[in-house]
Amino acid sequence: MVKLFTKPEALAEQDTHYCPGCTHGVIHRLLAEVIDELGIRGRTVGIAPVGCAVLAYNYFTFDFQEAAHGRAPAMATGVKRVRPDLMVFTYQGDGDLASIGMGEIIHAANRGEKFTSIFVNNAVYGMTGGQMAPTTMPGQRTTTSPMGRNVEDVGMPVKVAELIAALTTPGYIVRQAVIKPKYIVKAKKAIKKAFTYQMENRCFSLVELVSTCPTNWGLTPLESVDWAEENMLSYYQLGEYKTPE
Amino acid sequence: MGKVLMKGNEAIGEAAIRAGCLNYFAYPITPQSEVAEYLTHRLPEEGGVFLQGESEVAVSYMIFGAAAAGARVFTTSSSPGISLMSEGISYIASAQCPAVFVNIMRGGPGLGGILPSQADYLQATKGIGHGDFRMLVMAPASVQEAVEMTMAAFPLAEKYRNPVMILGDGLIGQMMEPVDFPEHLKTPPSNKNAWATNGMDTRQSEARNLVKSLYLDPEQLNQHNLMLKAKYEQMEAEEVKAEAYNVDKDYKILIVSYGTMSRVCKTAIMQLKQEGLEIGLIRPQTLFPFPGEMVLQAATKDSCQAVVSIEMSMGQLVEDVERYVKGQRPVSWFGKCGGEVPTPEEIIDHIKAML
Amino acid sequence: MQSEVQFAGFGGQGIMLSGKILAQAAMEEGFEVVWIPSYGPEMRGGTAYCTVVIGDQPIGSPIIRNPQHLVAMNRPSLEKFAPMVRPGGIIFINSSIISISSQRSDVDEFTVPVIDIAKSIGNVKAANIVALGAFVARSGILNMASVEASVKFEFAKKEKFIPLNLKALAEGAKAAQK
Repeated sequence: MVKLFTKPEALAEQDTHYCPGCTHGVIHRLLAEVIDELGIRGRTVGIAPVGCAVLAYNYFTFDFQEAAHGRAPAMATGVKRVRPDLMVFTYQGDGDLASIGMGEIIHAANRGEKFTSIFVNNAVYGMTGGQMAPTTMPGQRTTTSPMGRNVEDVGMPVKVAELIAALTTPGYIVRQAVIKPKYIVKAKKAIKKAFTYQMENRCFSLVELVSTCPTNWGLTPLESVDWAEENMLSYYQLGEYKTPE
Repeated sequence: MGKVLMKGNEAIGEAAIRAGCLNYFAYPITPQSEVAEYLTHRLPEEGGVFLQGESEVAVSYMIFGAAAAGARVFTTSSSPGISLMSEGISYIASAQCPAVFVNIMRGGPGLGGILPSQADYLQATKGIGHGDFRMLVMAPASVQEAVEMTMAAFPLAEKYRNPVMILGDGLIGQMMEPVDFPEHLKTPPSNKNAWATNGMDTRQSEARNLVKSLYLDPEQLNQHNLMLKAKYEQMEAEEVKAEAYNVDKDYKILIVSYGTMSRVCKTAIMQLKQEGLEIGLIRPQTLFPFPGEMVLQAATKDSCQAVVSIEMSMGQLVEDVERYVKGQRPVSWFGKCGGEVPTPEEIIDHIKAML
Repeated sequence: MQSEVQFAGFGGQGIMLSGKILAQAAMEEGFEVVWIPSYGPEMRGGTAYCTVVIGDQPIGSPIIRNPQHLVAMNRPSLEKFAPMVRPGGIIFINSSIISISSQRSDVDEFTVPVIDIAKSIGNVKAANIVALGAFVARSGILNMASVEASVKFEFAKKEKFIPLNLKALAEGAKAAQK
């Protein structure tokens, strides 16, 4: 019998704490597949954020560090500078990367640190219970924007990929989505490309992934996927924003 | 090599290199920016890593990441910058990573001033960041001692897998004194493979390592904190260092003072001696662990009538002195904290007024 | 035995360097020594000063309110620090740009036009070294030979400046003896 589908070696035998329909699981699997395919598990160090993915380290089978809120890019800088041979990635949500950790991600990208940031954009704070994020859509209701995000008051959602791509330092900056299979295929390609650039010691890479949060959006998983596709993809347009070539 | 005349800040940078620390991340702040200016030349010569971070907050996590990856690493800053690093230090202490932090103190609170101060005593010795933890804190009184303490800090940080702080005042960083550098440190191999996230290939292991500070289970967190507490108790048992000065005499007053302030006290003691007055001095070299037993012993000598804590802070060291003297002698405070260092004459006047 | 020398002037006059060269020479002669700068905003344009403490015993307080000697390179420094000098000490005055006296009768005040001398030997920047030479000669605080060695040490990486600075030291010493 030929085995057609199996758990990647880089993924742990461990049930996750994520909610039903959450896209973190998809992203974890994509990462694990890429790490297996590139054969880099033994020299990879992941850095977990504060947010829903704070326990991400439980779901992988390689070395992991757990950062403070927003500081993963600074930790990754520390690791990569003293051990350039290690493959280092940060795994960060929108509150972590685009709010409290905006300074760290901009400066790491601008220095051209040779690590990879996986940026999960689901337009809401998940772990703390559904508060407004820097990427929350205009009019989107959250527990701290109960009438919907008022852009007159708090500004427009931050387009992270565009913002980082605007830096002059070369990098690989891409936005994909993990909401339907056709997007997921492209998302994996983007992750693999990012890690490949890192293996070649080429540049900083950031992969923004438009994701869902059914629990905090108050929608079913399927409704969430449709909501993200209809509302987010026109604002957060997919594609490569910058390549080092 | 013989003696070299060196600024404290530069000597600290050189001492770190001689201790085998070739990784430095920092953010400029007066009065310690000369460390970075020195190391930006020296570290590349040694094949080391020098990076100016975007903030002290970021720097503390660069230190965390590098230490967690098994590298010997350190940073230097001054009071306001150390406050920003205190978040990262808390994580580093919980995650049990060895790292060395140098605080060349300036006056506070807030932006304060840039002149010498000892105003971060309580911050440094009582846990610095959120949560229950301690750093091992050493306080040099000369450039030579700053070198020796910096070199000692790395093996201590590794022995305890805990942050170690060198707490100097602005003068320690700014003044030049002759330094006799010890030989390069030859430290025994550390057991970092047991815990460092240095890549499984590095240690040829199939088991992964995890560096973290999150313990959601209350009993696990309790056990974690008890384990940390046991380390701090071991420091108290094994690492206390202090200098006793003029304590073989029958002194009526005992001074407790550290760092640059203790040197001014020594000058005052010498001058009082010429007038026939004997004064004792205990100079803590480790602030945590605190040389409490030595202070108690010196304070309760028959001739001793009172104890005074002389500090460039508004009554911080005195809290530890009181804690150990336990009411057996009156304990008082004398000091200044605006950047001006009390003079020997001011100390002499104060001591005479006490008698 | 302990003596303290305060060097004071404008930022940019080479005040810190004069002190450092003296401190280096003191160390080579086997003395205990501390060099303490004024630091921070004062370094940029305003009054800069440093103090060199030389002793035969470990140096206690590095904070010196009343130094034994003062080398004043500009008028604000003289006005500010001359009253602090201990009786019996030396007050050196850069008479190229200071037209007043310290008004102290209990000290050994002497003047040398160090900027003019530096110009005459080809580089106005050497005025601080002329002053150092004058002070060392007048005070006898250290041997001139060790100060010369210290100048060579300090300029080891900029060797072409060594002859100029040695000349500056010598001219300063000569002026002090007049």
